This record gives sequence, C-alpha cells and structure tokens, in this order.
Amino acid sequence: MDFKEKVIQQLNSQFPEMKLETTDFRGDFCIKFSPDNLLMICEFLKNNDQLKFLLCEDITAIDWASRTNRFTMVYHLFSLKNKFRLRLKTDVDDSTTSIESVSSIWRTANWQEREVYDMYGINFLNHPDLRRMYMPEEFEYHPLRKEFPVMGIPGSLPLPKK
Amino acid sequence: MGLEAKLQQDGFFTTTIDAIISWARKSSVWPMPMGISCCAIEMMAVGDPKYDIARFGSEVMRFTPRQSDLMIVAGTVTYKMSHVVKKIYDQMPDPKWVIAMGACTSSGGMYRSYSVVQGIDQFLPVDVYLAGCPPRPDNLLNALMQVQEKIGRTKARDFQDLPQPDFTKQY
Repeated sequence: MDFKEKVIQQLNSQFPEMKLETTDFRGDFCIKFSPDNLLMICEFLKNNDQLKFLLCEDITAIDWASRTNRFTMVYHLFSLKNKFRLRLKTDVDDSTTSIESVSSIWRTANWQEREVYDMYGINFLNHPDLRRMYMPEEFEYHPLRKEFPVMGIPGSLPLPKK
Repeated sequence: MGLEAKLQQDGFFTTTIDAIISWARKSSVWPMPMGISCCAIEMMAVGDPKYDIARFGSEVMRFTPRQSDLMIVAGTVTYKMSHVVKKIYDQMPDPKWVIAMGACTSSGGMYRSYSVVQGIDQFLPVDVYLAGCPPRPDNLLNALMQVQEKIGRTKARDFQDLPQPDFTKQY
C-alpha cells in the first residue's frame, strides 16, 4: 500500500468523524483540516507507531490578503522512519488571529512559531515564550503581512544618533 | 620617498611636525575589521600574501576598537546591527576614519528592504565609499590608499579639540 493512503487510512480510523481534505501535487502530499483538530492530529501523527512523524521541519503561514480566512498555517513534517514528507494546513481563526501552539508536541516548534508570530502576528495559545524572533522587541508591525510596505514604515526602527 | 638616499647623503633632513605626524599616521593605519557579511571574505583576502595589506602598514587587524584608527564596515548593516556598529565606532579613539565597503554598506545595495539601513552614512561619518558587490581586494587596497591620502592632508592640530575617549565608560 502507498504510504500516502496509509496516512489517510490511519487518520480516518482514529478520527472517523473528522473532515480531512487532501491534495497531492507533484509528490507534495498535503492534508487540510479544521484548526480545532490541530493538536489531536499532530499528536497522533507524531506518536502513532506506524507513522512516527517525529521531525517538525518547518512552520510557516500564508497571508491570503483578501479571503475570509486570511491566514493559513502550514506545517511541514518528516517521518524519519518512513522517509516521508507531509504537509498540514489549517486556517487561522479570523476574529482572534490565534491558533493552538504545537510546541508541546515538537519542541522545535517553539522558535518556528516565534518566527511566524514575528512576521505575521499570529498569536499562539499556550506557547511558552512568545517573543519576536528577528525584529526588535519594541517593533510594532509584522513585516510579512501583505499590507506592510516593503521599505518599512519610516521611523518605526530607530537608528543610532550621528 | 628617497628618505634613505637623503639620509645617506647629508645625515639629516628638516621637516615639519605636521608632515612627520601625518606621515606616521597614514603609514600605520590599524583597521578594525567590522566584517558583517560576504564583503568580509574579500577583506580577509586583502590580508593574504597575494594582495598583502602589510605593504601599506595596515596588516595589524585589531579585533578591538580601542586600538584601531580605521573601521572597515564590510557587509549588510541592518537596523538591529546598526546600534552595534555605532557602539563599536564610539569606542575607537580619535582621530578615526571609516570605509564603507561594498554596495550594501554604501547604499543598502540590493537589499531595498525594511530591515536594512540604506547607507551607513545615516549614522556614521564615512570617509571612503567603495563600489562592488563584493568589491575586489585590490579595490579595498585602493580605498585604503585614498584614506591614506586623506590622512596625509591632515594637520596635527586638526584633532586637538576632539574629545578624548573615556575608557572608564561602560558600553
């Protein structure tokens, strides 16, 4: 059996009532689901003996700018045991711009979520240390949001006196 | 300079204090290598035997600002890094000079972006701008020679009113 089918089969048997959308474009297998199920799915994918997605390679987000669900979270997982890459996508709640942190599942998600918070301003609930990663801590904006001008906002980053 | 010939002939020569001091200054410019990114690789190449910065009396790369005369800012200066660069520049004793090495340092270069300072002359007094991305080592030597020329035109009393560095200050 194809490993992609196996992932879906395992998820369906564990969570029969859950709605999962899958896409498979040029070998990039992707599962989309509701943000309420994020922690359950991640924990299952990591701890299931046959799947073992132990490595969280990257966490990032997409700003769609005009859609109703403005931000989409993207998680890239890798199973060392099965040598298989998996992408998870889930929409961020528009009213609060916040989503559950997965740093309790993968410790590496701690800094990756800080980066997403810095660049997109998405709040991670139950994150142990949600501070900015790249920009100075007193900076007020989130540079990768679509409305942010590429040259920045004049005066928002202080220079030393001449 | 023909100095040796002159000394052999007469055994002495006359000059002015200004000339001898500026000659001594320009012949021993100690650089502070502020290597921030890829320009620093070319700056390292300047120190090797092929280009040999020692020919100009500047082989003593001091990795402390307190023993340096010339800051070579080599690399992309972000807003976050600008405070560090300035802090190190402030610790250099006067008189001091600055080379803005490469496109990023001079003008932001290819990084027309919110995070990169569009030219370090916004917070540092730059003496020589250096084109290239990164500049070739001979280009940096040329910049050093221009700095030397600039130093050669100074007089000792040009710097008498400059504040002395406060080495007790905690940065």
